[in-house]
Amino acid sequence: MIYILDYGSGNLRSVQKAFEAVDVVAEVGADPSRARSADGLVLPGVGAFGHAMAELDGRGLIDLIKERIGAGVPFLGVCLGLQLLFEDSEESPGVQGLGIVPGRVTRLPDRVKVPHMGWNQIEIMQDSPLLDGVPDHSAFYFVHGFVGVPTFPAYVLTTTDYDDLTFVSSIQRENVAAFQFHPEKSSELGLKLYRNFGRWVYGRGR
Amino acid sequence: MLLKRIIPCLDVDRGRVVKGTNFVDIRDAGDPVELASKYDQEGADELVFLDITATHEKRDTMVELARRCAEELFVPFTIGGGISEVDHVRALLAAGADKVSLNSAPLRDPVLISSCAERFGSQCVVLAIDAKRVPGEGEPRWEAYANGGRLPTGRDAVEWAVEAVGRGAGEILLTSMDRDGTKDGYDLELTAAVSSAVNVPVIASGGAGNLEHLAEVILRAGADAVLAASIFHFGEFTVHRAKDYLYARGIPVRR
Repeated sequence: MIYILDYGSGNLRSVQKAFEAVDVVAEVGADPSRARSADGLVLPGVGAFGHAMAELDGRGLIDLIKERIGAGVPFLGVCLGLQLLFEDSEESPGVQGLGIVPGRVTRLPDRVKVPHMGWNQIEIMQDSPLLDGVPDHSAFYFVHGFVGVPTFPAYVLTTTDYDDLTFVSSIQRENVAAFQFHPEKSSELGLKLYRNFGRWVYGRGR
Repeated sequence: MLLKRIIPCLDVDRGRVVKGTNFVDIRDAGDPVELASKYDQEGADELVFLDITATHEKRDTMVELARRCAEELFVPFTIGGGISEVDHVRALLAAGADKVSLNSAPLRDPVLISSCAERFGSQCVVLAIDAKRVPGEGEPRWEAYANGGRLPTGRDAVEWAVEAVGRGAGEILLTSMDRDGTKDGYDLELTAAVSSAVNVPVIASGGAGNLEHLAEVILRAGADAVLAASIFHFGEFTVHRAKDYLYARGIPVRR
């Protein structure tokens, strides 16, 4: 079972129904024992970095996430869920992130329109089972004002150009992958990413 | 690079699509969710639902529409039509709407824009402006109208757009009342005047009659997105074909 972690960050139903659309069973909840027995974990979310970390902490999910990632369980972050994987964020100075991916989250510079909102393209930097069947330059739907900046380029899965800026639009480190954009709002190709995550979790047969 | 968007718009009355459609392969052409889902499959980048219900159950029917759309659509969607309270906005967003569109109410009470932007973020606050050209010599001017284009407000449409963005509107949905329904093309001067005055995306609306109209408002007037109803509803063009046309004209679109 894939478990979508609910930490009070708004509408997680859209992520769940995206999994349903590709016949992957996904539960939404914040029950640590369910999360611990899950075959794959998903961390979605919108809102502020600091608030989200406090909510995860209040539900006892921070150590659980680290433990399951350490145990090799496939993990998917979406939007804020990508940013939370970093060490910290300019959005909430002094708040520690999950620290799974070295680096920090920075504000988009003033010279571009913030938030970055709309359909934009990805440039694929490395092969990943998550991008199976997804052509280079495919478009996905973004809404965000901050971006994750990994210390090591090896963890960059895709980048995206926005005016004269190039930022990291998805990352992967072993069993952890995350997208800055919203696959659940990105029509058919977005659904493909959830299907690919399902296959990553269960193997090709499912 | 950020892509230009094509946005079909559906007018909805008591949960049903108002204007007729002649899609042949659709079970219920009056069901906004089924029609929207078809547009999603055709390549629409977003959808806008304008609820024109005049009954006092309006609020509930809009929330129900948002909830059903959220179940069926995998692209962002906006709901608008007579929204005047922060609580109503909250209910629509909680039901799964990605954005709400405000029109008449903020002309009476501009603080509504900032209240919504502060609570829910600018990214989900669209300001819709119904603008009509003011007759006269010299520089063209447009007046913002309220109540579905029935009530002149005396407000200059470009100034109103600038004020609304200052108050936190994340996007402007700009309808030319002069061109709406004419199929003569978008009002390029109006669109250019607003898009050069604000630093948020401008969605051009009103007047689309063919695919070149979509291209010219993007290329010549700086529109970030084009909204159209009848050219898609009546099956003249598919969204897919419109995308191919824009792409051939050198406009970056999702295909």
